[in-house]
Amino acid sequence: MRVSLKWLREYVDITVPPQELAERLTLAGLAVEGVERPGEGIEKVYTGRILSIEPHPNADKLSICRVTLGSGEDFQIVTGAANVRAGHVVPVALEGARLAGGLVIRKARLRGVESRGMLCSGQELGLDTSVMPPDQAHGIMLLDPDLPLGMDIKEAIGLDDVILDLDLTPNRGDCMSMLGVAREVAVLLGQKLNLPETPVAGAGPGIEGLVRIDIEDPDLCGRYVARLFRNVKIGPSPSWMRERLRAAGIRPISNIVDITNYVMLEMGQPLHAFDYDTLKDGHIIVRRARRGEVLVSLDGNERKLAEDMLVIADPGGPVAVAGVMGGLATEVTENTATVLLESAHFNPVSIRRTSRALGLRSESSSRFEKGVDITGCRRAADRAARLLLDMAAGEAAPGAVDNYPGHASPRTVILRPERVEHVLGVAVPRGEVTGILAGLEFQVADSGGDLLVTVPGHRVDVSLEEDLIEEVARIYGYNRIPYTLPYGASTRGVRTSRQSLEVEVKDCLVALGLHEVVTYSFTSPSFTDRTLLPQDSPLRSLIRLQNPLSEEQSVMRTMILPGLLEVLSRNASRRVTDLAIFELGRVFLPSRTGPLPVEKPVLAAAAMGMSPAGWNRPGQPYDFYYLKGVLETLFDRVSLAEYTLERETQNSLFHPGKAARVTAGDWEIGVVGEIHPDILENYDLPHSAVAMEIDFRVLADLAGRPRKYRPLPRFPGVERDLALVVRKDVPARDIIGVIRKFGGRHLREVRLFDVYRGKQVKEGCQSMAFSLSFRADDRTLTDQEVSEQLAAVARALAGEFGAELRS
Amino acid sequence: MEQKLLRIQARALEEMAGAKSLEELNEIRVRYLGKKGELTGVLRGMGALSPEERPRIGQIANQVRDKIEEKLNDSTARLKDRIKREKLAAESLDITLPGTVFNLGRLHPLTVVTRRIEDIFLGLGFSIAEGPEVELDYYNFEALNLPKDHPARDMQDTFFITQEVLLRTHTSPVQVRTMERTAPALPVKIIAPGKVYRRDDDATHSPMFHQVEGLAVDRRITMADLRGVLQVFAEQMFGPETRTRFRPSYFPFTEPSAEVDISCVMCGGRGCRTCSHTGWLEILGCGMVHPRVLEMSGYNSGEVTGFAFGMGVERITMLKYGIDDLRLLFENDMRFLQQF
Ligand SMILES: [Zn+2]
Repeated sequence: MRVSLKWLREYVDITVPPQELAERLTLAGLAVEGVERPGEGIEKVYTGRILSIEPHPNADKLSICRVTLGSGEDFQIVTGAANVRAGHVVPVALEGARLAGGLVIRKARLRGVESRGMLCSGQELGLDTSVMPPDQAHGIMLLDPDLPLGMDIKEAIGLDDVILDLDLTPNRGDCMSMLGVAREVAVLLGQKLNLPETPVAGAGPGIEGLVRIDIEDPDLCGRYVARLFRNVKIGPSPSWMRERLRAAGIRPISNIVDITNYVMLEMGQPLHAFDYDTLKDGHIIVRRARRGEVLVSLDGNERKLAEDMLVIADPGGPVAVAGVMGGLATEVTENTATVLLESAHFNPVSIRRTSRALGLRSESSSRFEKGVDITGCRRAADRAARLLLDMAAGEAAPGAVDNYPGHASPRTVILRPERVEHVLGVAVPRGEVTGILAGLEFQVADSGGDLLVTVPGHRVDVSLEEDLIEEVARIYGYNRIPYTLPYGASTRGVRTSRQSLEVEVKDCLVALGLHEVVTYSFTSPSFTDRTLLPQDSPLRSLIRLQNPLSEEQSVMRTMILPGLLEVLSRNASRRVTDLAIFELGRVFLPSRTGPLPVEKPVLAAAAMGMSPAGWNRPGQPYDFYYLKGVLETLFDRVSLAEYTLERETQNSLFHPGKAARVTAGDWEIGVVGEIHPDILENYDLPHSAVAMEIDFRVLADLAGRPRKYRPLPRFPGVERDLALVVRKDVPARDIIGVIRKFGGRHLREVRLFDVYRGKQVKEGCQSMAFSLSFRADDRTLTDQEVSEQLAAVARALAGEFGAELRS
Repeated sequence: MEQKLLRIQARALEEMAGAKSLEELNEIRVRYLGKKGELTGVLRGMGALSPEERPRIGQIANQVRDKIEEKLNDSTARLKDRIKREKLAAESLDITLPGTVFNLGRLHPLTVVTRRIEDIFLGLGFSIAEGPEVELDYYNFEALNLPKDHPARDMQDTFFITQEVLLRTHTSPVQVRTMERTAPALPVKIIAPGKVYRRDDDATHSPMFHQVEGLAVDRRITMADLRGVLQVFAEQMFGPETRTRFRPSYFPFTEPSAEVDISCVMCGGRGCRTCSHTGWLEILGCGMVHPRVLEMSGYNSGEVTGFAFGMGVERITMLKYGIDDLRLLFENDMRFLQQF
């Protein structure tokens, strides 16, 4: 809502500077988004009359004007515009003048002819062509010929104004009008509100018998007021009205249309003007549309009407979509002589549905859907008639047809003064409470106890005690409410163990060098094919959005990994090829038991390339063992000890030889491995990558085994190395198992510290070096004891795997 | 004899002065003081002296030996010290070479900020609640006093899955779920961080973003309490000098409703580009829980009151780090993520 302060002053005295008014309104809940000064920057542009105009001798498209500013001196100005004639009053910018864009006018010679300045178009004065009358949108702006010459153009066309741009909340439909805003300003500044004139002197026969209104669907139309204007002379509206419409952002069209828009802006009541002679029998029927009905709307488009839409019809069919848009056949044209003016009240929900269904949002529909004042329909119709008479644009038939099935007594709400304090935490004096409400046109009956408050018709948003408390609070001033802290039993603020685990897991992964990422929960359904998921995979059961922004964001993810692969790929395309990332988020799987999907928290990580190298230390490759190490460290960190890794050959994302399933008993914890080469290709990854996905719920269930202190050893241990040559296909886990089994009760730890496959080792074999630590709790072990145990281990390894001891 | 001793002393001292290494000093020690050394040799010849001469020459000999010894020890210590210093000098590092690279990852800035918000409210006695991201229309709208066809539904363009199931457009449904679960017990004091979704994608909107919801319900909760709690939050989040300002606003699920501005973190309130020269930055919406919402969630609105607030994590993150492009938060470009 754009509010011209010049216009607003007609209803209320503004006793503070514009900037302060903006601030006060903002702090009262009418957010002022901007304060515009339309004439700002324009200097020394005046009204001038064109005395003569003749062609330029050297240029076809230029003409030479002689212009007077009324001072006696004539100025020669060359113009390229084709729409000016002798006698026109136009904006004249002489040398030294400044235009809206900052352009400074200088004397010039155009094709050999001196020009002392220029004639201005609306745009050059900062006007938007969309709000200029069609005949003035191009070329030089033609002014009211009655304007005095030499007048500052800002004053002449109303640019000496300040426009407040209000960003209204949807509950404040009442402030989509000048009077609504003026009412707020009056309360805030303690000024009186001046209402516009509405008494009408009717002429000619009364409206009775000429207009008939039938409301067939009173649930959707609570009131319909009609007035009849006769002997209408269609023409432009006066410049003051055009300026106000323009300031509000509405294009002036013709006097009748302008009056309807003006009253809508002034009072908030949308009006519609029909050409009475095009209506069959002067008979208006307000009803739901019938199946198959169509209407050619004002914009020339054929609209298919649905049966739940409310239309204005005559006996021949629909003539308008109620409250949304008029019909072409009954619109006011330059030939219109008699006008039927509609001032009605329509059901907000119905208007909203209809305007959405038709994709039509108008100034009118946006007011109706927020709820207009049903008690104000007649007043608005009268105001329009009054303007018609004041402008001498026609005559008003005496009286109006007022069909008012929605008539109801006004709402009353009880306000307990102590409740105001109870909710706000501050005691607003009783007198201030009643004063504020009265200023907003609530009627307050104060008999010493509770207040009985009657809600004015324009406040359709107020129906509860809390609504009144808000009215009191916002005018009293939110910022006068003190700062306190909640009184009462203190509560403990702690993270649940699951929430703490999330913190711990993220911190651990960060400490291990992984970066956290956040990817979208929705994705393209193509991820199921890009990851080569089997056709029967449950991960192919996707939850689809009905109205996605694009196919790329049309389904909820069932895995996080594809998103991480995309991150790897996107970074690679930006030449960042070394990275390790993780995300802890939810995946969405269809539920068999309820309407909502299962939201499963998943921890996923992916990496490619190398960890950063320094000059004194090489980088570590992000390979299978890196990510397995991350997993092991993480599980250790969160105290998850009992788990196993099994070879995973069936997961389409992973290399069949380089992946492992992580389980604990019957629990599936997740999977870790190198990405399958086919998937690398599908995601445009330049080289190999590794990834894991872990079911975070399972992790949370298994983690957190309490840690217990063990006494420190009192006797020193003995370390021995054991180097073996063994066939490559013997898993390390099996070898370690045998070492543990035969290592005796003093064997505390087995650590593999070297694996070598190369020329020195015989074909098909590898050398593995283990470090074994032995320790007893009650004495120092002897060398001999340890050597014997080691020999036993070596024998067992030789027997079990044919391993040869290396020395 | 005496002359001989003094000559030995002089020669020894001279040789010591010329010695360049510990080895040379050692040789001097052997040559003069050793079992076969010159001084020893002279002393051995003392037997030939008269008994009157012996004690005097003996004393001189002792003095000479002490002198040589003292000087030898001196020179050795000095030489050792010099060698040590030379060695240390030769060992100096280029301390401008970079240190060993440790590879530390980073939390996503949204996580950093969310945790900070959580910690502040945990400290104020709030606990953390969670709720589904795919939500029923009932919890996202109806139970928040937003019936179907309510014009305020336009404020939040919604992704639908079915007519009744949608992606939550705010974290407010967690309010309702928490109250339903808790009612009629008191007090309720929770915050609910999480992802939310709106059908909007441009330079200043992301279709997925993050909010933190807050809710307190008790017998005597007032709007002054809401102001107090949010002032504490603002000071802890943005610095002790931060001021807050409440502006009346509209949310169907609160009455009265407010939007909260903080004094601009960039200019301190003097006015700059970030705050569009107003000195204020809007950071959250809040209000007193609407009586209808309390009733629908199982509380008697005559007996209890509550406040609720909701803030955008992206907005706060961008302010905190001076990030000027929202999309960076979801692009996951390493060069961006490494900065936090
Ligand atoms: Zn600022």
